[in-house]
Amino acid sequence: MSIVFLILSILSMAAAIAVKVMFVPASDGIAISGAHVFFTIKMPIQDLPITEAQVNSWCVILAVLFLCLFLTTGLKTRNISIRQMVAEWIVEKVTGLVRTNMGEYFEGFAPFIAAILGLSGFSSLSSLLGLFPPTSDINIIAGWAILVFFLITYYKMKAGPWIYLKSFGQPQPLLAPLNIISEVATPISMAFRHYGNVLSGSIISVLIAVGLTKLSNSLFSFLPGALADFPYLRIGIPAVLSIYFDLFSGCLQAFIFAVLTMLYVAGGFPAEEYAARKKRRQERAAAKAACSQTAGKHADN
Amino acid sequence: MLELAIGIILGGCALGAGCAMIAGIGPGIGEGHAVAKACEAIGRQPECKGDVTSTMLMGCAVAETTGLYALVIAILLIFVAPGRFVDLLMTTIGG
Repeated sequence: MSIVFLILSILSMAAAIAVKVMFVPASDGIAISGAHVFFTIKMPIQDLPITEAQVNSWCVILAVLFLCLFLTTGLKTRNISIRQMVAEWIVEKVTGLVRTNMGEYFEGFAPFIAAILGLSGFSSLSSLLGLFPPTSDINIIAGWAILVFFLITYYKMKAGPWIYLKSFGQPQPLLAPLNIISEVATPISMAFRHYGNVLSGSIISVLIAVGLTKLSNSLFSFLPGALADFPYLRIGIPAVLSIYFDLFSGCLQAFIFAVLTMLYVAGGFPAEEYAARKKRRQERAAAKAACSQTAGKHADN
Repeated sequence: MLELAIGIILGGCALGAGCAMIAGIGPGIGEGHAVAKACEAIGRQPECKGDVTSTMLMGCAVAETTGLYALVIAILLIFVAPGRFVDLLMTTIGG
C-alpha cells in the first residue's frame, strides 16, 4: 500500500519533467531565461499567466504530499519500520526546532514550519532533475513571504489592535514612518533573500557552463572533426559547483526561511500584554460568574 | 544616431549593473567578520559547535540581504531595463 504513494510521489515529479519536455520549446545553446509562460487566463484586473514555475511548484507540492503519506501509512507501536523511524525523526526534529526558537506557546506551528522546510527544500532541489526551480521565481517566494507577513501581523494583533498600533510609536513617535517601512521590508527582504540566492546560483552555473564550453572548444580545436566540438571540460566540473549552489544553498535557504518565519512570528508576539489581557479577561469572566451566581441566589430567595 | 542612442542605453545599463554589484563588498566583509568570530567562539568552547554554526549561518544569511538587493537590481538592469528603455526610445521617436 505504502509503495503506491512512493510511486505517486515519483510520478508527480516525472509529470513535471514530461510537461517541460512536451511544452517548453528547446532553446538553442545555453541561455538564461525566465519561467516559460504556458498560457494566460483572462482576469478582470490583470491576466493570470500560468508559468513553468507555478506548474513545477504544484508538482513539488504533490510529491511532498505523497512522500508524507508514504512515510506515515501503517504506523505501529511495536516493531516499527524504517519509514516510521524517519517520520518520527522528522517530527521530533521540527518540534524541537520550533520549541527552542518560538517557545511553548507556539508549539502548534511545527506542521507549518515543516511544510515550509519541505516545500522550499524540494523546490530548490528540483533543479537537480533539470527542472526550472520554483524558488528562482520571485512570484512564488513573494507569495510565501506575504503569507508569513499576514501571520506576523496576526500575532502582533493578538493583544488587541491598540497595542499593535502603539508599537509603531516605539521608541519615539517621530520614528513611526521608519517603523512602517521596516514592517513592509520584512516580507520583501525574506522574498529577495531566498529568490536571489537560488537565482544567482543558477545564473553562475549557466555562466560557468558557457565559459567551459568556449574554453574546451579553444583548447581541443586540434582534434579532428566532431571530436573538437565536444565540450570535454563540462564533464564533472560543473557538478562540483552544483553541490554548493544546488544542494547546500537550496537546503540552507529553506532552513533560513523557516527560522526567520519562526523568529519574526515569535518576536512580534507581545507575550506580556497578551498574558495581562488574558488575565484581565479571566478576572472579568470570574467576576461576572460570581455576580450571576449571587443574582441567581437572590432570585432563589 | 539611433545606433548611438541604443548603444548609450545598453552601455548605461551594463555600467549601472556593474556599479550596483560594488555592494557585494559589504556582505563579504561582514560575513568574514561573522565567521571569524564564530571560529574564535568554537575555539574557546568546542562543545557548543553546533549552536554557534547554526547561529552563524543564520546571521550570514541575514547579512547577505544587502548584497542580494544589489544582485536583484543588477539582474533587472541587465535583463529587463534595456528592453524597456529601447521601447521607450522607439515610442518617443515614433510619437
